[in-house]
Amino acid sequence: MESDKIETLIEKYFQGETSIAEEKQLQDYFSAPNVAQHLEQYQPMFAYFSQTRQQQFTQAVPLQTKKRNVAWLSVAASVVVLLGVGTYVYMNDNSSREETMGTYDDPEVAFRQTQKALAMLSAHVNTGIEGVQYLKEYEVAKDKVFRK
Amino acid sequence: MDQHEFVTLVAPFKDKVFRLAKRLLVSTEEAEDATQEVLVKLWNKNNSLEAYSSVEAFAMTITKNYCLDQLKSKRAGNLKIVHNNFTDRQPSLQQQLEDSDSLSWVERVINTLPEQQRLIVQMRDIEQYEFEQIAKILEMNETAVRVALSRARKTIRTYMTKTHSYGIG
Repeated sequence: MESDKIETLIEKYFQGETSIAEEKQLQDYFSAPNVAQHLEQYQPMFAYFSQTRQQQFTQAVPLQTKKRNVAWLSVAASVVVLLGVGTYVYMNDNSSREETMGTYDDPEVAFRQTQKALAMLSAHVNTGIEGVQYLKEYEVAKDKVFRK
Repeated sequence: MDQHEFVTLVAPFKDKVFRLAKRLLVSTEEAEDATQEVLVKLWNKNNSLEAYSSVEAFAMTITKNYCLDQLKSKRAGNLKIVHNNFTDRQPSLQQQLEDSDSLSWVERVINTLPEQQRLIVQMRDIEQYEFEQIAKILEMNETAVRVALSRARKTIRTYMTKTHSYGIG
């Protein structure tokens, strides 16, 4: 293409009056290897434009259905909470009812259980006392030192 | 509209959205975030999208507004964030270096333009939109777009001529 035609196009271009087709002509001219020397200064501009046009958005399109997911999550969470509270209340109910009804119906069994429980209690108390027995030694030693 | 339809609808212009965002926000990461944000906004409008005559123009308008908002909120803050692309420049041959240098010069010059001129250069010279479309996206009239474009191009030319003939004249 003759460079004087390009020159007029360039002038139009800088006035903002070129059409898309004319701008494409300029693009083609400046991306070809044989650019007239006095027009070379415009080459980087057009090279930059066509280079930038190649840039792409490489990220995935974020098509999450976040809203619906959140809704389902809250439903699931509330179900879990309800179930938890329900079972807790149910269990509590059961145990309290057992307490009020008494544990043993047969007096024999009740007696034996009570004996066992008391025996266990006294055994534990005795171990406690054994531990305290040592204190007596201190008492003796103290009496030896501070004779009255 | 299901996801598949949405993806095919968005595919032709999502790169343009990204490039426009990058023109304004400069950093690639910021631009990627902005693009995703814009796509999410479109997806949320899913059902009313058919009402728009051109979804692409609508998307570009959203992008423009979103990016300007971003810039405004950044500026309002005390911290001034300087966007940069911290990419390593591959070492290359002398000529390649020279070429990419003059290209990055163009980029630097464009990024010093006022936001509106940057938008217009991006849409006209890079995305090759018609003036009518640009006017619609930017909510301006066509004459104003032409004037701003002419100014922007002349600014770029001034800088380029200066660097091109540096040390000669």
